[in-house]
Amino acid sequence: MTALAGVRPLLRFMLRRDRVYLPVWVLGIVAVTYASLSAVRGLYDTPRAIAAYASTVAASPASIALAGPPFAMDQIGGILIYETSLTALLGVALMAVFTVVRHTRREEDAGRVELLGSTVVSPHAMITAAVLVASLASLLVGLGVAVSFLVEQQPLEQSLLYGASIAALGVVFTGVGAAAAQLMSHGRGAIGVSLGVLALAYGVRAIGDVGESRLSWLSPMGWSQQVGVYELDRWWPLGLSALFTGGMFVLTVVLESRRDLGSGVLTPRAGPAAAGPLLSGVVGLSWRLQRGALLGWVVGVVAMAALLGSFSESIEDMVAENPALSDVFAAGAAETLVDAYMAISLLLLGIGAAGFAVSSALRMRSEESSGRLEPVLATGVSRGRWFAGNLLVTLVGTVVLVVSGGLGLGLSYAVTSGLPAKAWELTRASLVYLPAVLLVAAVGVLLFGWVPRLVAVVWALVAFAFVVAWLGELLEIPARVADLSPFSHLPAVPTEAVTAGPLVLLSLVTLVALAGGWLGFHRRDVGAGA
Amino acid sequence: MSAAISVSGLVKTFGTTVALDGLDLEVCTGEVHGFLGPNGSGKSTTIRILLGLLKADSGRVTLLDGDPWRQAADLHRRLAYVPGEVALWPNLTGGEVIDLLARLRGGIDTRRRAELLERFDLDPTKRTRSYSKGNRQKVALVAALASDVELYLLDEPTSGLDPIMEAAFQHSIGEMRARGRTVLLSSHILAEAEALSDRVSIIRAGRVVQSGTLRELRHLTRTTVVVETERPMDRIGDVPGVANIVHEDGRVAFDVDTDHLDDAMDYLTPLRITSLVSHPPTLEELFLREFGDRVVAAEEEAAR
Ligand SMILES: Nc1ncnc2c1ncn2[C@@H]1O[C@H](COP(=O)(O)OP(=O)(O)OP(=O)(O)O)[C@@H](O)[C@H]1O
Ligand SMILES: [Mg+2]
Repeated sequence: MTALAGVRPLLRFMLRRDRVYLPVWVLGIVAVTYASLSAVRGLYDTPRAIAAYASTVAASPASIALAGPPFAMDQIGGILIYETSLTALLGVALMAVFTVVRHTRREEDAGRVELLGSTVVSPHAMITAAVLVASLASLLVGLGVAVSFLVEQQPLEQSLLYGASIAALGVVFTGVGAAAAQLMSHGRGAIGVSLGVLALAYGVRAIGDVGESRLSWLSPMGWSQQVGVYELDRWWPLGLSALFTGGMFVLTVVLESRRDLGSGVLTPRAGPAAAGPLLSGVVGLSWRLQRGALLGWVVGVVAMAALLGSFSESIEDMVAENPALSDVFAAGAAETLVDAYMAISLLLLGIGAAGFAVSSALRMRSEESSGRLEPVLATGVSRGRWFAGNLLVTLVGTVVLVVSGGLGLGLSYAVTSGLPAKAWELTRASLVYLPAVLLVAAVGVLLFGWVPRLVAVVWALVAFAFVVAWLGELLEIPARVADLSPFSHLPAVPTEAVTAGPLVLLSLVTLVALAGGWLGFHRRDVGAGA
Repeated sequence: MSAAISVSGLVKTFGTTVALDGLDLEVCTGEVHGFLGPNGSGKSTTIRILLGLLKADSGRVTLLDGDPWRQAADLHRRLAYVPGEVALWPNLTGGEVIDLLARLRGGIDTRRRAELLERFDLDPTKRTRSYSKGNRQKVALVAALASDVELYLLDEPTSGLDPIMEAAFQHSIGEMRARGRTVLLSSHILAEAEALSDRVSIIRAGRVVQSGTLRELRHLTRTTVVVETERPMDRIGDVPGVANIVHEDGRVAFDVDTDHLDDAMDYLTPLRITSLVSHPPTLEELFLREFGDRVVAAEEEAAR
């Protein structure tokens, strides 16, 4: 049996299994890149706009930490890359990790590899095929990005280099995912480790880029960005990516040879033999299941909010440097503009919180469809208590998340502007979003009560709210349609004054939806098949 | 004796699938009741209705003198349930799950918990995501058996257990019976039900087709024998308990009541056996043999 026996049929099998999964990832990343590309290109179509961009956004340390080293900020190409590389890089890395783990560790978790292992397959065929699939997908993303740049009339060489740098990061994280899949004993752990490496790579290059130090060269993400498209146009940093990837593959093969099927190189720690006092009721269980996710969301939202808040500085600079703008707004112009910016930031954070609220509320459905609800409802727990206990955790988590978003934004603004009162002001303002956030979750609960198979439809509402908030004016969505998003009814705090009317109305609709969900849940069959 | 479970005329449909088609079931207090039937016959559906998880289309259901749909939570404090497919929270350890389920039910006997963990050889410190199917089932079993309740509803609780654990399970059910607890044990393994049950009900296509004590159903536990001998077996039909004789190129296949198995062997041995295969009847075979006509008739009637 040769070392590669069985790779080809496995490859075909994986591609067939992924015939929807991979196109969604690849086209999704390329489409988002292309959409922002053409939007940005339309925005900066004059030398003046480009110059303003270079002196404000690209000069802000916060923005550099977020997006990467500013190269060629004096031309539109540099701005395009500066604006689009973050989503493309993170997207391709996530895709690679999820794909490789999905076909290796997760398959082992499900016990399907044993089945294949007993047929004629060489020992490393599975991981080889999975690596090929993920690498292929990464190359396709790179190609798609390159074509998008060509379509936007960018030169061939730069388009190809940029596409290659994106693909390179995907290939690197294919290697990281493959090695992590050998190290950890379960898919979740493998994904956790890989995302940890991604976060580290991101953080290291952020610090390096802001300080303009060599630290960026320690990060695989740094290699992809140091090609310096439009300014340095060098290919050789991608050689580092290739070397690193090669090392990861060698490590993968070595680790795989040393471990047993179904286990990892690292064995999981033993846990408690008995339940602690907190794990004793519906709320305790729900809290236990969600606390990790909530913590992750809070960290993410606070980081995002702090970043958004720190941009206030560059907005003030922009107004100060631009006499035309100052004239239009006269006195206090900067503050008005910053307030408008804060209103948009709060709105985005609110929609982010809706994402948490929905996923938290839909935990009820995943508990049910996984079959874990049945044994719980077969104890002294009534349907009503279970329902209420879960929603309590969702409610508390959502409030915590909304407040931490407002607090993060406010604190960061207060620090950059030297106005301590802003911290409190923005925290209070963020509470205005609570009724809309909870309403979206309540729609999910209503679906759960009556048509549990269709709960995922509520995500369309979250996406719709996002599109309306972010692109509503750009796409000229008519007001009647935009009003379907609960967020459209909120006053744009802190620019506009708070009025009780819409808040009360949204809260009432929320309560009605929850009551409807409660009713449906009490009348229907419960269980994995429902 | 009063009834712990009493079901009559129970009907449940899922879309066009008729899962239960007028099911009657009576489980007396203090008995171990085997609930037998082939795959998809409606055992789990019945148990889920008994738990108030599914709503019956029609029929009458009484559980511990209550209505399981209306008084679910109150009744559930007095019973313990082991699902057929045990799904657990992957991040929790087995010990945590056992305690959690017991607490939700209203308390746990810690001495008994330790005893059962030992008996089922279960490591409570492992995360449930790393348990095998059998170990997940053990978690559910320990959680149920560690609670001192009146009624145990067990849905194929041993389908993932190895023979040693199966013995431990049978021992535990013996204890339950000695303490006067009621057990409804669903299974499609005839031998298990035979070893444990006071009475059994046999379900097929959503109806109970036979119900009674094992003595009453003794004729069901026939063994099928296919044998080849050097000398002819002309008089096999005279052996008591032998039926359904089929001659087939030198071999003979027949069924024999388990009580009379040694009579058959006494007759065959002097004829010099050259090959012999015997197996207890599968449930499907039983149904086809015992109720074939009735089932066909019932299905035709249902189709009309
Ligand atoms: N939620 C559901 N939706 C549709 N059909 C269902 C559902 N649940 C059960 N059924 C059908 O009802 C019938 C009875 O199923 P049930 O699970 O009760 O059988 P069972 O006796 O427990 O089988 P097994 O021995 O395989 O566990 C089957 O035909 C099954 O396909
Ligand atoms: Mg079943």
